[in-house]
This record gives sequence, structure tokens and C-alpha cells, in this order.
Amino acid sequence: MQSTPRVLKLLNGFTSLVFVISLYLVFFYAPREAVMGEVQRIFYFHVAAGWVGALAFLVTAVAGGMLLARGDRKWDQIALASVEIGVVFTFINIVTGSIWARPIWNTWWTWDPRLVTATVMELIYLAYLMLRQGIEDPDRRARFGAVYGIVGFLSVPLTFLSIRIFRTIHPVVIGNNDPTAQGTFDMTPKMRLAFFFSLFTFTFIYVTLLWHRLRLERFKETIEERKMLAMTA
Amino acid sequence: MSEQAGELGRLHPRNAPVRDYLRAIGAVVWKDVVAEFRSRELISAMLVFSLLVILIFNFALELDIRTRETVASGVLWVTFAFAGTLGLNRSMSIEKDRGCLDGLLLAPVDRSALYFGKAIGNLVFMGLVEAIVLPTFSILYNLNLFNPGLLVVILLGSIGYIAVGTLLSAMAVQARTRDVLLPILLFPVTIPVLLAAVKASTGFLQAFDMVDIKPWLNLLIVYDIVFIAVAFMVFEYVVEE
Repeated sequence: MQSTPRVLKLLNGFTSLVFVISLYLVFFYAPREAVMGEVQRIFYFHVAAGWVGALAFLVTAVAGGMLLARGDRKWDQIALASVEIGVVFTFINIVTGSIWARPIWNTWWTWDPRLVTATVMELIYLAYLMLRQGIEDPDRRARFGAVYGIVGFLSVPLTFLSIRIFRTIHPVVIGNNDPTAQGTFDMTPKMRLAFFFSLFTFTFIYVTLLWHRLRLERFKETIEERKMLAMTA
Repeated sequence: MSEQAGELGRLHPRNAPVRDYLRAIGAVVWKDVVAEFRSRELISAMLVFSLLVILIFNFALELDIRTRETVASGVLWVTFAFAGTLGLNRSMSIEKDRGCLDGLLLAPVDRSALYFGKAIGNLVFMGLVEAIVLPTFSILYNLNLFNPGLLVVILLGSIGYIAVGTLLSAMAVQARTRDVLLPILLFPVTIPVLLAAVKASTGFLQAFDMVDIKPWLNLLIVYDIVFIAVAFMVFEYVVEE
């Protein structure tokens, strides 16, 4: 079993550091939003988690395409690892959104298109994990996962377009806002810094987690191989 | 069946490739239609099921005269989606159970021709069910559903649903949890299609302005094209051993 690579150790340290800095920026540096108050601070991690979810699912779709084109199992491991991270971060995105919505929209949940599409996205990737569980042959599992990862990703653009196509109460902080949106605000430069820094931080968290998950998968394979060897010996 | 297999075998490489391709698609569709015509398993199951769904909705939603117009399109699409899942699952598990799929894969044609053949076959069955459910719904609820716009939406919606459904059902039948898996895989992915179809249908039923309906129609067409294109490209990876 090989020890943790140097670069990964460095990455662990760097990610922890930027996470601490982003916590400081979000909770102390960014000003208190005038109308919504402290609860607006959820926004920084809410959007960042949503971004990681979408990024993770994009990686899965691309890795799926690579698997189908090249047939290398390494791509399947990337796709799976990315889905698992994406599912967790999309869940964080939905839950933090819900916590924010309680004081601002006066409800935990509303059947708004943006909320529904985010949830549908989560369900697609839960279905992806269920599909993989139902198939024993590893090659077929990899191919089916790749196909579903690509088909499923077609719904992700809709999630982002939905707040622009539909009439929605979900705010759009970047770009033009729908006049029916509730709970929107304009970012001050300090808020902007905190916001982009948390996007940056979460991206690094994603990369670090992905790497660890891939290593785990490789260890699992090594163990399987050694078990087989031990059994045949 | 043997006649059809013979015909596929006789396809000559000298012939125009497009015509061969179309003939291969036609052969797969014809096989499905003839098999269905002899057994009538699929259509009857889908039909009885959809009528039951409509009846249940009647109790569940109290479809009285005031709410009828607003919920009709939702009820229709839920019915079509459920019946469609039933048909898709059955149509692929027949191929899997009796080893027909292996036979089809041996045919010297492009894999995507098999996909289009199965998809068109499924679309025909879904269309037949819709052709019976629509008038029945109209009579039972005294609501005129013979609106050309609505028919176009139903066609577009069914195409999108079947395009991705045929692909996913080919995966689902090869999994251990085959019977429960298809709806779980299919429903979240087809939500854009179903949503656009429901919204556009409501628009036509309530005679909205075309300006309000058009975005939904566009979304429907875009997703139809995207789903067909993707399924066309990846189908061979789903059926190969």
C-alpha cells in the first residue's frame, strides 16, 4: 500500500487553510446584509455547494464520455467518485437553501421551479447509484454508468436555465434578476470577495475529496486482487 | 419472424446504405408490430392500466367541472408516462427473456438501426394507447381534447419520452432490480419533457396566447432532438456484451 503522495498532503493542507480563510471571510469580513441580516451569509456556501454539485456532475458526464471512447476503467472510477461528491454537495445546497428560505420566504419549501429542478438533479444521481448497485459485471456497470451519467447531465443545464425561463421567486444574484424574485440583493465588493473566495475554496474541497475517493477505490481494487491471489495460492 | 431474419440477411452491401438502414429499421418495427398483433399483451396491459389511472385520478382529485380544465393535462401526462413505462419495460424484457436481443445483435446492421426500430415500435404502441385514451377521456369528462395543438404536443412529448425510455429500458432489463429500476431511471431524466408537455398542453386546452405556449414548445423540441441524438450515439454501448 503506497503512502499518501506529497502533492496530496500539500493539497490537504492548502484546502484546510483556504477553508479557514473563507470561514473568516464569510462570517467576519463580509458585511451584514441590510434587509435579510445574518441569514444572508448562508448564500456564500449555498451557491458554492451548488456549484460543486454541478461541476461534479459535469466531470461525471465527461468521464463517462471518455470511458465510452477509450474503455479505460480509470474513467469509471472518476465518474463514480464525482457522483458521490456531487450528491452530497447538492444535498448541502438544498438544505442550506431551505434554511435560508424559512425566514426569507417564510417557508422551508416551496414548489418553485428552481428548487424542483435541483431536487430532480439529486434524484437523477441517486438513480445513477442505484443503477450501479443493480449490475454485477464491472465492465457493463461502467458502460451503463457512463451512459446514464451523460443522459442525466442533460437535465443539469435546465436547472440553471430554469430561473431564467420560468417565473420564479428564486433570486439571481449574478446577471439579470426576475422581477418576481424575493430575497435578492446587490453584492458589495466585500461580499463579492467572500463569495468568489468560497467558490474557490469549495472547488478545492471537491478536488481534494475526489483524489481521496479515487485512492480509496484503488485500494479496494488492490485488496480484491490480493484476496483472489490468496485464494488461488 | 424467420421471414424477417431472412430479409435482413439478404441485405446487399451494394445497395444504397441509407435504404438498407431504413429497411433494417422497418424490419425491427415490423417484427414488434406483428408480435404484438399476435399476442396483444402490451397494448391491452397499457390500455387497461391507463383507464385505471384515469379512474383513480377521478376519485383522488374529484375532477369536477371547475377543476377539470386546469388539471386535465396533468392527469393525461401522468397516465401516458405510467403506461409508457409499462410498455417500455415489457417491450425490452421480451427481447431479453427469450434471447431475441442476441439474435437481433447478430444481424449485420448498425446497432443504431435496432435502437430506432425499437423506439419507433414503442412510439407506435404508445400512440395507439393515446389514440384510445384521448377520446375516452373526452367522453368521460365531457371535455373536448381534439385540439390540433394538443395533438402536436402529445406527439412531441411521446417522442422525447420514448427516445430516452427505449435507451434506459435496454439498460434496466440487464440489471438485477430490473422491474423497479426503469421508472427510477426514467422519470427524473424525462422531467424536462414531461414538464414542457404538461405546460404546453394546458396552454392549448385553456386557449392561451401562442406567445405563452411557444417557450414550452421550443423546450420540448430541443429536448426531443437532444435525447434522440444522445441515445443514437450511445445505444451500442448499452446492448453490447
